[in-house]
Formats: sequence, structure tokens, C-alpha cells
Amino acid sequence: MTEAMTEGTGQEPEEGASAPRPAADVQWYDDDAGPMVRLFSMTKGRARPTEEGLFDLISMIAATDRAEDADGEGEAALDLEHHSILTWCRREPLTVAELGSYTDLPVSVVRVLLGDLYDAELITVTRPVPLAQLPDERLLRDVINGLRAL
Amino acid sequence: MDSVRSDPATSRGQWPGGPAVALKILVAGGFGAGKTTLVGAVSEIRPLRTEEQISELSRPIDDTSGVEAKRTTTVAMDFGRIDLREGLALYLFGTPGQDRFWFVWDELAQGALGAVVLADTRRLADCFPSVDFFEQRGIPFLVAVNCFEGTEVFAPEDVRSALDLDPGVPVLLCDARSREDGKNLLIALVEHAADRRAGAVVPSA
Ligand SMILES: Nc1nc2c(ncn2[C@@H]2O[C@H](COP(=O)(O)OP(=O)(O)OP(=O)(O)O)[C@@H](O)[C@H]2O)c(=O)[nH]1
Ligand SMILES: [Mg+2]
Repeated sequence: MTEAMTEGTGQEPEEGASAPRPAADVQWYDDDAGPMVRLFSMTKGRARPTEEGLFDLISMIAATDRAEDADGEGEAALDLEHHSILTWCRREPLTVAELGSYTDLPVSVVRVLLGDLYDAELITVTRPVPLAQLPDERLLRDVINGLRAL
Repeated sequence: MDSVRSDPATSRGQWPGGPAVALKILVAGGFGAGKTTLVGAVSEIRPLRTEEQISELSRPIDDTSGVEAKRTTTVAMDFGRIDLREGLALYLFGTPGQDRFWFVWDELAQGALGAVVLADTRRLADCFPSVDFFEQRGIPFLVAVNCFEGTEVFAPEDVRSALDLDPGVPVLLCDARSREDGKNLLIALVEHAADRRAGAVVPSA
């Protein structure tokens, strides 16, 4: 399973510490670090998915029927990581951000892999509705009511 | 990782009423202001984190060679999900706390419904950049003063004037660890966003 965040759950901030704390959120990998090389080969050096903006962090990804019964020949060309993504979104549609978290892959890599799955018609993508097009009043009221009911 | 999720969530995606709608709210603020804590407090699923990899040219701070070196940086983002009703989910994203990552903020801010800016009264100035960011982009936001124990209690109006906020920007006190407080912040934010969008008050249900 995915590791839950550990920072911020245990330690109290040092009393009176005013110096900026090191950013626990930020990790560095050197160019020559192993994971990077591995990820680079996984994505075959591709930096961008086919269609710009298709895989927003909150785009919803669902496995298609084709993916349901394509576990044989059709998916033969897929890497382990493709399968991992398919397994996750076969269960329920998930956002790009969630898939990154569950598969432990950087979002940039997930986007490339999703591009492959999309080209192979193994997933469908629901992009977030641009806010300007939302029937905002009703929707926002739904949000408010939903939050109140939590 | 090929395991299936152990916590089957309600199924989402395509609904009779149309495709699922996902909305995004940002949680911003300075280092240690309580962003991760707040995201975790109001999320229904365990807080998640995902990484974005960025190639950037020389890092101005510690690149002393003067040579433009391309290197890859990993920025981690905290987020959580709240299912509001069938086909409607709210995603909360904690923004990375460093200025160097403004471009990640830009992506996060795309289409965001609004933002909660967490202020730590011990370091109030730390949230200036966030306030600026959302002001400049016209993204609705509110300021939530995270009341850490043992710190001086500030009146919201003092925070407002210290941050030179527009009169319309809500300022609330909160404990970022409290789910109830977090919920109320989100309600206040969405109401504020609705006011701004409609130019009128959304009648409370
Ligand atoms: N007493 C108290 N402690 C809090 C509160 N909110 C957060 N903390 C603690 O303050 C510390 C920092 O909180 P985080 O949620 O990690 O802050 P953050 O904004 O995500 O920090 P960075 O991501 O490092 O910028 C943690 O140890 C929290 O447990 C609060 O309302 N009261
Ligand atoms: Mg954090």
C-alpha cells in the first residue's frame, strides 16, 4: 500500500523556533540517482503525454470495458506500471493525483503512462469542468450542503 | 504496487446525471503553518501525497559554478478527498511551501475553486506571498489563523490589517487539527467564492 504522509503527524514544532524549518515536503534527487534513471527508461524518455492538459491532477481516469477483458494479448506490450495503474482504476475511477499516490510514481510519469493507456483505449478520461462553465450557483450550493452534512 | 485498495470507496465516475465533477481547493501558507494537518483533518481518505518532477535550470541559491546545470527536482504535494455526494468530490491540495515552486502553484491554481491561506501568528509575514499570489490571480481565498497553543491570541481584525487584506476577504480563527474547524473553513470559503462569482449572496440552506 501507499505510505501515508508521516511528516507533521508526530512532532510538535520546537518551541520558539523561528528559523525556517527545512521543507519536509521537498525532496531532492540527483540527476544520477537510481530512481530517476529507472523512471526515465520506464517512460522511454518521453516528457509529455500526447494531449496537453488531458491529464489534469483532478482528471478522472476510468478503465474501459476493453481493459476489463484485455488482460491477455492486448495488454502484452504494457509495463508493470501500466498494469498497476489499470488495476487501480478498474476498481473505481480515480484522479491522476490519486493514481500517483497509490502507485508511488511521480505525476509526470503517471501522465506518460496514462497517455499510452489512453492511446490503447484502455482508459477513459473525464477532465475537470472549467470553472467558468460550471452551473455554479447550484453546484456551489451542493458543495456547501455536502460540507455541512459531513 | 499491484495491490488493490483495502478501503473500497463509494464508486464514482460516470453517473446517470453525467460525469463525476471534481473540484479543487488549495491550502496554502508558510512553512509549518499547518497545511498538511488541515488537509488531513478534513479528508475522508487518508491524506495522500504525490510527487511532481521538474527539470529546472541552475538553482540560483547554491549554484556557485555559474554554469546552467539542468537537474531534476521533486516536489511533493499533499492532498485529500472529500466525497460530497454521488458524482461530486472535493480535492484539497496543500501547496508546496517554497517560493521556488511557484510554477507548481500555477498548475495547482488552474481551475481552483478557491484557497485557504493558513496564517501562523508567530510568523504572520510568511503568508504574504500566498495572499499576493491569490490576489493577483483573482482566486477567491480566505485567511485562517491557526491558533497554536501558547501563542498570543490575535483578533481577526488585527490580522486583517497586518496583512492589509481587502474588507471582503474572510478572516477566521481555527485549529488546523480540528475537523469541525476545517469543515467550517471550507464552507466559509465556498460561500465566499459563490458570493464573488454571483456578485450576490448564496442563500444558506
Ligand atoms: N498545537 C497545534 N499544533 C499544530 C496545529 N496545526 C499544526 N500543528 C503542528 O504544527 C506542525 C506543522 O504542521 P504541518 O501541518 O506539518 O504544517 P505544514 O504547513 O504542512 O508544514 P510544511 O509542509 O513543512 O510547510 C506539526 O507538528 C503539527 O502537528 C494546531 O492547530 N495546533
Ligand atoms: Mg506540509
